[in-house]
Amino acid sequence: MATKRIRFSFEGEAVTEPLIYQLGHEFEVVTNIRMADVEHDFGWVVLELDGDIDEIDRSLAWMAEKGVRVDPVAGDMVEG
Amino acid sequence: MSNATLLVCRECGNETELAPVNVCDFCFGPLEVQYDMDRVRGALTRESISAGPRSIWRYRDLLPVDDEFVVDLGVGFTPLVRADKLARQLGMRELWIKNDTANPTWSFKDRVVAVASSRARQFGFETLACASTGNLANSVAAHAARAGMRAIVFIPDDLETGKVLGSAIYAPTIVAVHGSYDDVNRLCSELADNRHWAFVNINVRPYYAEGSRTLAWEVSEQLGWEAPAQCVVPMASGALFTKIHRGFKEFQELGLIEETPVKMVGAQATGCSPISSAWQAGTFNIRPVKPDTIAKSLAIGNPADGYYALKTMEETGGGGTSVSDAEVIEGIKLLAESEGVFGETAGGVTIAGLRQGLESGLIDAEQRTVVFITGGGLKTGDAVAEHVVKPIPIEGTLESFEEAFAAAGG
Repeated sequence: MATKRIRFSFEGEAVTEPLIYQLGHEFEVVTNIRMADVEHDFGWVVLELDGDIDEIDRSLAWMAEKGVRVDPVAGDMVEG
Repeated sequence: MSNATLLVCRECGNETELAPVNVCDFCFGPLEVQYDMDRVRGALTRESISAGPRSIWRYRDLLPVDDEFVVDLGVGFTPLVRADKLARQLGMRELWIKNDTANPTWSFKDRVVAVASSRARQFGFETLACASTGNLANSVAAHAARAGMRAIVFIPDDLETGKVLGSAIYAPTIVAVHGSYDDVNRLCSELADNRHWAFVNINVRPYYAEGSRTLAWEVSEQLGWEAPAQCVVPMASGALFTKIHRGFKEFQELGLIEETPVKMVGAQATGCSPISSAWQAGTFNIRPVKPDTIAKSLAIGNPADGYYALKTMEETGGGGTSVSDAEVIEGIKLLAESEGVFGETAGGVTIAGLRQGLESGLIDAEQRTVVFITGGGLKTGDAVAEHVVKPIPIEGTLESFEEAFAAAGG
């Protein structure tokens, strides 16, 4: 079992779609939300994902395909 | 013995012991080092600071490292120069340049890496690591060499050879990752969890960021124990911006300088301006972007401290500027031609941001202002190579010289 701490950023229609709920149904992954802020056309959610590492990675790829930006919680790590 | 006592979550206030962790276990918010300020107050005076080494380590009472672990490359105490010619050109009364290109690896990253590498030694790490396209990697490789530690630097595999040289000379292990910047981010995030390495801007980030406060302290000291009224600071993650402000506040709390307001203005390039864009839109929600600018050292599309930078702008009556790449080049040239300081593209962003802030009224031309030039120009020479004067070709004779010199305008 593995754990990943992730930040999802949603824009446009993705803001109102129940994507985290769907992720929990499509994949064997437990989602645990810790922080979030959602406006009408943009929002972000910081959460923990628990499950098999390959299953977590598949779920994140699926989320990205839905137009959601997927980042580590600590922001970009590649600095100048 | 360091005066650092705890890590505290900037979101929920949860306290954690000093350890190599960067986010709160409860809410995943960022952690920040806290100090025993009563003990600092008892030990730190203007006189004790002035008697210290001419480096960031003169402020060691306010840095989270025990003395015996300090990795000392002589970082900091860089020149603060009055820029009267540039001020005149911009219509300002009093302008100062904090020239941090004068650090050992020619950028302000030496300040943060000096603290991160020292604290990493204190934690018992033997390997320093980072993901970087330039300045950070240079500094990590140099500090690891100085400390006798192993350095591992991750870079995107499409990085130009010239950018790698400033790290390669110190003989680190350089890993060129095939894939996007996002792939490098993901990989390093996983490695930081799985390896006993000190990733300077990941698992030891709370200590790393503390090094930026030294800029505020030096400026205060160099101005005769006063804070400036306004600062213009380049923004990437936003950490430098927030930590400079915190540095001024700490010196005020300690009674080392008077409690005067310091307006904080951040500068970004339009091709990567998630913080300035949020400020201009009047929101605290940072929208991540895909960077597209020549200011590579500021190209952080998802800035970790963006929210806190916005809070600092709100608290100080400051704001954010965003300038085009053409303005960045003009800014680099203006700084070099008026004051003899050759800054990298981030310096061009800062000077162009200063000009924009003056035009919009965000910056008051009558107030004492300090701009922070955070990296040396030779690091990004290709950005301006086509925009500088060219040599006048002549034969080795007086006639040839006179003819060509006259043709060029004398």
